[in-house]
Amino acid sequence: MATTTPTVGTTKPVSGLREFWFYFSVNRGAVIGLTVFTILLFVAIFAPLIAPHLPDAQYRDALLKPPIWDANSDPRFILGTDPVGRDILSRLIHGARYSLFIGFFVVIGALVVGVLLGVLAGYFRGWVDALIMRIMDIILAFPPLLLALVLVAILGPGLFNAMIAIALVLQPHFARLVRAAVMAEKNREYVTAAKLSGAGHFRLMLITILPNCLGPLIVQATLSFSNAILEAAALGFLGMGAQPPTPEWGTMLASAREFILKAPWVVTFPGLAILITVLAINLIGDGLRDALDPKLKRS
Amino acid sequence: MQADNGRLKDQPKQETGLSQLAAQRWAGTPRARPNMLNYILRRVALLVPTIIGISICAFAFVRVLPGDPILAMAGQHGVTPERYEILREQFGYNLPIWQQYFNYLWSVMQGDFGISLATKRPVLTEFMTLFPATIELALSAMFLAVIIGIPAGIFAAVKRGSWFDQFTMGVALTGYSMPIFWWGLLLIIFFSGYLGWTPVSGRIALTFFLRPITGFMLIDTLLYGNWPAFVSALRHLILPAIVLGTIPLAVIARQTRSAMLEVLGEDYVRTAKAKGMSPNRVVNVHALRNALIPVVTTIGLQVGLLLGGAILTETIFTWPGIGKWMIDSISKRDYVVVQSGLLIIALIVMAVNLIVDLLYALINPRIRVQ
Repeated sequence: MATTTPTVGTTKPVSGLREFWFYFSVNRGAVIGLTVFTILLFVAIFAPLIAPHLPDAQYRDALLKPPIWDANSDPRFILGTDPVGRDILSRLIHGARYSLFIGFFVVIGALVVGVLLGVLAGYFRGWVDALIMRIMDIILAFPPLLLALVLVAILGPGLFNAMIAIALVLQPHFARLVRAAVMAEKNREYVTAAKLSGAGHFRLMLITILPNCLGPLIVQATLSFSNAILEAAALGFLGMGAQPPTPEWGTMLASAREFILKAPWVVTFPGLAILITVLAINLIGDGLRDALDPKLKRS
Repeated sequence: MQADNGRLKDQPKQETGLSQLAAQRWAGTPRARPNMLNYILRRVALLVPTIIGISICAFAFVRVLPGDPILAMAGQHGVTPERYEILREQFGYNLPIWQQYFNYLWSVMQGDFGISLATKRPVLTEFMTLFPATIELALSAMFLAVIIGIPAGIFAAVKRGSWFDQFTMGVALTGYSMPIFWWGLLLIIFFSGYLGWTPVSGRIALTFFLRPITGFMLIDTLLYGNWPAFVSALRHLILPAIVLGTIPLAVIARQTRSAMLEVLGEDYVRTAKAKGMSPNRVVNVHALRNALIPVVTTIGLQVGLLLGGAILTETIFTWPGIGKWMIDSISKRDYVVVQSGLLIIALIVMAVNLIVDLLYALINPRIRVQ
């Protein structure tokens, strides 16, 4: 995640940022992931300028045209067209906007709620802790996709409701993580020192303790980012996420299902786009883990 | 979700989760010197509020679902206002909400999970007929994941930094990032469409009709001694099992590798090497036994998560299991099935997690000795 780099920098002196980059850049996969992610971000931001066609323009003279390397292809459509003659490449490019937006929105939502609950539970302990953690246990007892499906059924199918449902399903992981970290930090000397110098609960929780729990949190945020994209695509695929004709990748797959044997390309490319995006983010996540948190090091 | 989901999220959880959680719990009562029974009782007691919470959730979800259960039951023909009132009374929808909840809880405790609005059959009976299909699929997926994932992880760790290590971990991360619904479609395109090796959907060819004995198709066909039916069942099972097993396979391979690397750096492994033991013995006996402890936990957690992955896999392959049953019921607004299905699935996940926790305490000598 390109945006996490400055966040880390602000909590540590400059040498810390340099050290972080040193460890991060040693990991070749992480650098590749970051590069791919940056390109995707660029594509998403400038989608209308890059896409050769409008995402929902239907070319009735070119239904189900194969990609350009096939003999029957139409040179206007590099990755071919779908059953109603829409350019697949343009839809994929616009789809990047949805996927990355979903990722950011869900992570921010899950992060804010999860961190808040986790800090409260870890800081106050007692009945606050018991109540919050039992609620988290309940959420975690349901398979995430199933819970998201039911929540979407309640809220009504659609992209926004799907994002809310996914954020809700993902936030217990943040809450648990932060709670554990806060409990570990709470009795350190620097916290006692801050308490003695008169810091209130609010300041102790959010300004004194929280920044020291950032490492694992950033790693978790990265993992949730890729997870959110996958879950949103799965919901779209099951018809409960973004609704057609939205060029969301999972939704594109759903409407292409019946053509899998006749026109494999309408199925192949949206899934490939999901895979590449998620893989890039997970590569970054691995790199961040190695660089930020020696305890969580994978190798 | 990916079942997904639930997979990545558990990466940090595995490390911060069970082992530390268990350790904290032991450490929390230093004087009591708790024994295994004590630990089990505490774990089970902790589940009671969660179970009550889950039942409230399942009950509440269905009450806030848009639509009316009576109208849904009546179907297209509709229902007269008088009949509507009678039905409301008959099913107890006229009672205060808390009373409805306690009635529901009471019947669930007696094993009555309600009658499906769509099929008019008891939910528990439906569940029991469909559950073996999901279990068969999940166990096959897990089997693939374990027999490939653990050796791959071990070799990757032993040959750390080699091309094999890099390749395996690359593949594992790709599997880990896989949208499994797309993966399933790709496999169908290639193996069913292009090569014509495997069927596209179902559990067995329609030409075979076998009265279920165990409900597990592979076992039933063998019990009947029907070899062609067994082959047909196997051909139907293989692609869904690969799809559902992909993410657990990736997680297990990664987890095995990192656990193995950690153990290979320990003093006792160095001692064993210094004593002149063969590298094979060091890896297989000294290192592997200890490295597998966290892996067992991982496997257990994946079993719970497979139930989520089953929704997507069963939808793609029209596999008649509980995942497909749940998604069909959600779209059909079969309130009773959604409510009780959620409850049963959550209870199963909790039971599996509990067993994993206990197993962890049981097989980890460090916790046992403390």
